Order: sequence, then structure tokens, then C-alpha cells
Amino acid sequence: MAAAGVSYGSRNDVTERSSPSVKAAVVDYGLGNLFSVRRACEHVGMEVVVTPRKEEILGTDVVILPGVGAFGDAMATLRRLDLVEVLRDIANSDRPLIGICLGIQLLMSESCEFGVHKGLGIIEGSVVRFENPQERKRLLKVPQVQWNRIFHPNHRRQEGDPWRDTPLAGLAEGEFMYFVHSFYVRPTDPSVTLSVSRYGDVEFCSALRWRNVFACQFHPERSGSAGLLVYRNVASAVGQARGGSAA
Amino acid sequence: MNVRIIPRLDIKGPNLVKGIRFEGLRVLGKPEDFARRYYEHGADELIYMDVVASLYGRNSLLDIVERTSKEIFIPLTVGGGLRSVEDIRRVLRAGADKVSINTAALARPDLIQEASRAFGSSTIVVSIEAIRKPNGTYEAYVDYGRQSTGVDAVEWATRAAELGAGELLVTSIEREGTGKGFDLELTRKIAGSVPIPVIAAGGAGRVSHIHEAIVEGRADAVCVASLLHYHYFKDNDYDESDFQTEGNIEHLRRKGGLANVEEATLPGIKEYLLAHAIGCRWPQQACLTGAETT
Repeated sequence: MAAAGVSYGSRNDVTERSSPSVKAAVVDYGLGNLFSVRRACEHVGMEVVVTPRKEEILGTDVVILPGVGAFGDAMATLRRLDLVEVLRDIANSDRPLIGICLGIQLLMSESCEFGVHKGLGIIEGSVVRFENPQERKRLLKVPQVQWNRIFHPNHRRQEGDPWRDTPLAGLAEGEFMYFVHSFYVRPTDPSVTLSVSRYGDVEFCSALRWRNVFACQFHPERSGSAGLLVYRNVASAVGQARGGSAA
Repeated sequence: MNVRIIPRLDIKGPNLVKGIRFEGLRVLGKPEDFARRYYEHGADELIYMDVVASLYGRNSLLDIVERTSKEIFIPLTVGGGLRSVEDIRRVLRAGADKVSINTAALARPDLIQEASRAFGSSTIVVSIEAIRKPNGTYEAYVDYGRQSTGVDAVEWATRAAELGAGELLVTSIEREGTGKGFDLELTRKIAGSVPIPVIAAGGAGRVSHIHEAIVEGRADAVCVASLLHYHYFKDNDYDESDFQTEGNIEHLRRKGGLANVEEATLPGIKEYLLAHAIGCRWPQQACLTGAETT
């Protein structure tokens, strides 16, 4: 399904730095290191505001929900900051919403991390823990902390390049990204899955897309040049959408 | 499973230094220069360790971290002298992704819990520096390998994991900088007793040592220093006046190697591991990498 507000170009279209007028909000809800997300945005030419305030968030072109830490704490903080409805509204608007790491998990209906917690409910599905992942009979550590590869999901193999016109545009299938997590998302509708990865004998959704929502379990801001391309794609698509509407 | 190869950069003042068993520090260059090269050549993460902070107080570490984090887009762990949640916050604000704590965590183990609650477990690396005792057990040391604690290193590892450490950096002090290979028993004992990833450190002098740490030591990641530094520092051009007040630069002047240490490159290490059926990240798209290394 084509997104309403932004379209992600092919790799050839994104070599130019985006206009510095593209403004990104990095939602600051008190957890984790938001600085690397800021640096990556700045590196591809976006103007960044790191903020917990909804007025500021609403004044930007693209909203990034990052995060490491516990699901329950994060949701409690988002509620306290009165951001739950704001994020849901953004998801239903034309404005791109990007979830990273814990951010992808928060989009789901619920998580079973230390008891069952309700999520933002933007994407229907659940968040589950790696249960004794094994590789060649060796038990793997949880959290998964490693560079892991992202692949096209099986159901989209017929499509040619399923990452065309998405933030993953231009990446080779099997590209390495940096992951740190113990939980992963299980969307109810498998068609939202944009990439899959494998940890031992578990295959999981490592990136998803629904309308203008893009989210990934890996950290593109810590994934070298391949990860920066994801930010570049976002900046470029937003810049083009703005340019289009201004003309 | 892909093992991570993590260059460790010991920092004293503005310089990258390297010692043997944490002593006799030699100046090898500027940490930012090495960090940039390692990033471009496929390092999976980097560790900055401020080797004097825990003894003599702060210096320009935060500036170095800030400069580095603007140019490298892989995880950066920073350690050395961090004593409180506030110290950790400052380092993270400067651009570190994770912090490594040792001395302060052993002095007050609750720091691990407080820090992992405040910043997330995955941000907190507990560094364990150990010496093997005559009876075969290992004792944890603090203050850059200078101070014994009487604490059993393996028990401490288990406790640190329970308190919320996200990873453990396990260093054999006796092997550190010697190039004689990792203490595989130490690595294996700890890796086998905690559910979290273990980074083996101290002793890599040949590429095959890395292989041993993974296969026999059961490490999830491997920390290397001399193995890479003594190769890469030959490429750097320095104005000696930069280093006049900063200690032993004889080595820098001669650009000599180290007796027990072969010279390796990051792509060489990855190639070796892949040839020996060890999974690791390799550069997927050379053109893309070239385009982005500014």
C-alpha cells in the first residue's frame, strides 16, 4: 500500500543531502541514549529537537520514538507526559512516525515484559521474549547483542524488491544491522513485516511498515553506513513530500 | 550468532596508550584517529577506557567522546573512573552508547542496579579484571589492575548479571598486553555462569587467539588492542610536538612492533573467522561503505 504523505525514493534519489529545513522530533521520555539518534539525524541534514513536549513534537515533520529499557516504565512515562494520544494521532496522520528498538515494541497492542502491559496499540500484535534460542545446540545469550542480518520476508518474495519506496530502500538483502534486545514484536497482520531476522532458531520481525509508520528493532544510528542510509531515506522522503506540498 | 570484534582504546589525557599488564604505557597516537580508522575498517563496536581517571580524577575524556561520536556510527562504550549515576549520565550525554564500570561497582554493587534502571541494562557493561590465584580461582581487581579486592571474579560476575548488567567485559590482567592469548579458563568459567553476553579481553597477540576465545572460551565478543594498534599506528602521521609532554613516545618515533604480537587488520580478522566457520559481520556493500566514510 502506498503511503499517503511521503514516498521513499530509490537509492539513486537519496544521494543529495536533504534540505536542512526537515525537522525531526526525537521523543524524549527519559530512557536510553537519544544522542546517537540525534547525531544520525544531524548527519543526514535534519534539524533535530529532542523533547518530551507534545507542542514541540507536533511542530515537526517526522517523529522518532527511540528507546532502550523496560516496556512498562516507558508506557507509564508516555502516559504521564500525555503522549499516548499524540503518538496515535500522528500514526493516523500523514506525518511519518519512526519507532526504533523499544520504539517498535511500544507500537504494539501489548507486551508480556514483566507482566502484561498495554502498548500504544498502533500496530496490532504482541511483544514476546526470546525463549532459549539455540544455534547448533549451543544456547544463545539473551539479550541478543550483535550485528545481525535483515532479509526480505517470505510473503513478499514475489514482489521484486519489497524495500523499494521504504526507509530500507537501497540496502542489499542480508545487510547487517546492530541489535540489542531481549524481546521482539509479533504483528498479527504479517503483511506489515518489512524485514525478518534470525536469532538462533527463532525468526522474528526486525522491521515493519504500516502506512506512514516505519519501525525497526535494530539501531540504524549505530549500524554504520547501512544504518545511516535508513535515516537518509527518511530525510529525503520527508523533504520531497514537503517540497511537493509547498510548490 | 555473529561475534563482535571490539577494538579497545586506552586513553591517557589526549592520547591513545597501550601497556603490558596495564603498566609501562606507551603513547601510540590520538584516539580519534584510531577510532575513525577502526570504524571505517569494520569494527563492530569500540571501547574507550580512561586509564587514569579512577586514580587521578577527570580530564578531557568527555571532549574526546563528543568528537568521536560525531564521526563514528557504531556503539561506543566508555569506561574509567565512573563513580555514580551522574558520572554515567555525563558520559552518555557526551555521546557514549554504553558505559563500563568496575571499581565503583565493586565498592557499591547497587550502582549496577541504579544505573541499569536509569539507562537500561543494555547500557551498563560491568568490567571484571581478574588475576588467577595459585589455587586456580580468580580474584577481581580494581583501579586498573592495581588493587586486589578479595572478591571471587566468577561469583562477582554472577552477582553483576543479577543486579542488571547488560554485558560483562572480562579481562585477564596477567595476559593483558602480552600477546600470549586470552585466559580461556577465566572466559569460559564466566561465560558459562551468566545469561548475558561476555566480551573476552586481555592477551590477543595472534588472530588465532580470537578464534580460541570464541570456541574454547565461549566468548560472545572479543576485545583487541595491541593486535590492531601496532599495525594501524604506522599509517598515522604525527607531529612529535603534539606529544612532548605526554610520556613515552619512543615507540611512536620508531614505529616498531611488539615482540609477541602479530600485526592484524580488522578485515583480516573477519576473513580468518569466516574461513573458520565463525559468524561475524563483514562489509556488505563496499560502495556504500565508501560513500559514507566522510
